[in-house]
Amino acid sequence: MSTSSDAPVSDREQRILDIIEKTRARRPKFKSPNVTMAHGAGGKATQTLIEGLLVPAFDPDEAGLAVLADSGGVKIDETGIAMTTDSFVVKPIRFPGGSIGELAVNGTVNDLAVAGAKPVAITIALILEEGLPTEVLRAEVDAIASAAVAAGVEIVAGDTKVVERGHADQMYITTTGIGAIDPRASLSPRALRPGDQVIVSGSIGEHGTAIMLAREEFELDAEIESDTQPLWEAADALLGAAGPDLRCVRDATRGGVATVLNELARASGVAIIAREGDVPVRADVRGAAEILGIDPMYVANEGRLVAFVAPESAGAALEALRSVPGSEGAAAIGEVKTEPIGMVLVETAFGGKRVMDLLAGDPLPRIC
Amino acid sequence: MRFVDEFRDPGLGRALAGEILSLVEPGREYKLMEVCGGHTHSIYKYGIDDLLPENVELVHGPGCPVCVIPMGRVDDGMAIAENEEVIFTCFGDMMRVPGSEKSFQDAKAGGADIRMVYSPLDALRIAKANPDRVVVFFAIGFETTAPSTALTLKRARAEGIENFLCICNHVTIVPPLRALLESPDMRLDGFIGPGHVSAVVGARPFEFIPADYGRPLVISGFEPLDILQGIRMILAQLAEGRCEVENQYSRVVPYDGNPAALAVMSEVFELRPHFEWRGLGFISQSALRLSDAYADFDAELRYATPGVRVADPKACQCGEVLKGVIKPWECKVFGTACTPEHAIGTCMVSPEGACAAYYNYGRFAREREVV
Repeated sequence: MSTSSDAPVSDREQRILDIIEKTRARRPKFKSPNVTMAHGAGGKATQTLIEGLLVPAFDPDEAGLAVLADSGGVKIDETGIAMTTDSFVVKPIRFPGGSIGELAVNGTVNDLAVAGAKPVAITIALILEEGLPTEVLRAEVDAIASAAVAAGVEIVAGDTKVVERGHADQMYITTTGIGAIDPRASLSPRALRPGDQVIVSGSIGEHGTAIMLAREEFELDAEIESDTQPLWEAADALLGAAGPDLRCVRDATRGGVATVLNELARASGVAIIAREGDVPVRADVRGAAEILGIDPMYVANEGRLVAFVAPESAGAALEALRSVPGSEGAAAIGEVKTEPIGMVLVETAFGGKRVMDLLAGDPLPRIC
Repeated sequence: MRFVDEFRDPGLGRALAGEILSLVEPGREYKLMEVCGGHTHSIYKYGIDDLLPENVELVHGPGCPVCVIPMGRVDDGMAIAENEEVIFTCFGDMMRVPGSEKSFQDAKAGGADIRMVYSPLDALRIAKANPDRVVVFFAIGFETTAPSTALTLKRARAEGIENFLCICNHVTIVPPLRALLESPDMRLDGFIGPGHVSAVVGARPFEFIPADYGRPLVISGFEPLDILQGIRMILAQLAEGRCEVENQYSRVVPYDGNPAALAVMSEVFELRPHFEWRGLGFISQSALRLSDAYADFDAELRYATPGVRVADPKACQCGEVLKGVIKPWECKVFGTACTPEHAIGTCMVSPEGACAAYYNYGRFAREREVV
């Protein structure tokens, strides 16, 4: 064969690589005739939905929404305000370690926190299915109230709607939150530079695994609890320790840590290499993921952030994070590199390297 | 994890990589095919390619049961799935495989009742819970999964469950291997034999490969150390001028296979005269259908299906890629008509297929460098 790996790249191969790279760099078009579950899974299909359908309609100049941060920023009389919104449709609504109500508060305050904004207030919209037992509703309302107290936010407005039986699954919640942008924060998904260190705030994959097991579709038992928790304290500690050296922070929800790394590698035009052996994963989560054929790096978290810090401040950032209750297990898991641009690589614990791409759709289990 | 981490020890991995390096002749190119999709997945997951000398190339074989299902069979399944009374069940990774117009995932979004199951027994359970519906299981896989389909059908019969049907797409491993080996331009030097297929069929069915075609085959397990040891054993055979079937996976694979599994398969299935493979075309006696004794569970007999062969575009050269004759980018449709979003051949369907990996990872797939 003409192309052993030390041979020069032939003209034809070079041309084909260029075509592919150009195609991949283009904004995706949304061509699907229907919305499928894959569009909600956080991987490539979700990206196509957002970048191919929503951004062109809402942000044709690509100045705001197109940055694809967790929160948007607005200024009111020179005060920086961060604003975000999120819907919660988790099933089952109660699961080990939390419930939909607690999740709805934490999810939104965390999107503010990782944008460098101290959460101030949220609104709650409830969509309830006809026939929902009052005790279930009351339990979730209590969960919302105590989560708001724990996160230090006021609930300032709300809405309720009831739909016919079968038109919703028990209850859905939408929360919208605003926060005050911290003067120490200068965060952007486009700010990553080669040499920056990648830090996660604790062991990963617990929320998604807890949900999968709580659905009881698999005959698997394990005491895995959701990691849902508010993250402002962790973000505050990072800002204090690293200040302007803190480039970007993300909460690793849908699509997991792998998706965060991919989105930022693309947004900043850098490569990221993760060291699999350094990623904290609890043994029972690893075991469940192994059996289900799923990689914990793609599993959702609800109380974990990923921080990108300039190398000079990485040690201080890690130490500060570890002093925050709930983030004691923080670890440095990787580094930002120059090339290949837009890609995430993993150094496997076994000693090889592989590409860790966005998922094409739902993380479907393999048969072989 | 006990019994798992032992087979993923990086120190032992480096030691094996060193032994492999000492077995290869500089300047000689080695092309080894891992037959099984499970091996491809492990090689990719652990980055095993990285630990091999540059002149040892792994060629991903035809053993991904999902990727070899041709569009026409997906269309047949779709025609059945879209009947109102049907609950259609299949394994998760079948959901995304494209038919001529759509995948099962698309059909689900369009309103068909399509559910993912982990085992055919789950499908049978759904049938019992929904006596007023017809539950159809889209059975796929090599000899690895065929026994579980057979056992499920036996159980359905024993329990008198009449609303459970099966679309049988089970395939067998030996005919496609023979088809590859028969090709005059075949460039492979040896085979990593499938571990779990062999747990059922044993090592004996592979004896023809060294005997008739002069290529070594080593049946290997799926952990990274298993695969590296399997590669080391193949290279040792090549270095010593030996050529035989060896069994690295002896903790799971007996030479004669699993007689109970083989017995239940021969009761429930019989060979189809021929079956179409995506990218490889028709291969005779390469697949199973339900035997006459189980014909009343055969969804293809109960429902009308288009049964149309949807031709892979003529330019698709998966066969050549699989044989190691051409590189993915040398295929005429690569990157134009055939992309991961609209895959034509088996090598593009699976994210780990040679073409998909090359398409997605471009220069990195070639150079494997991070700076």
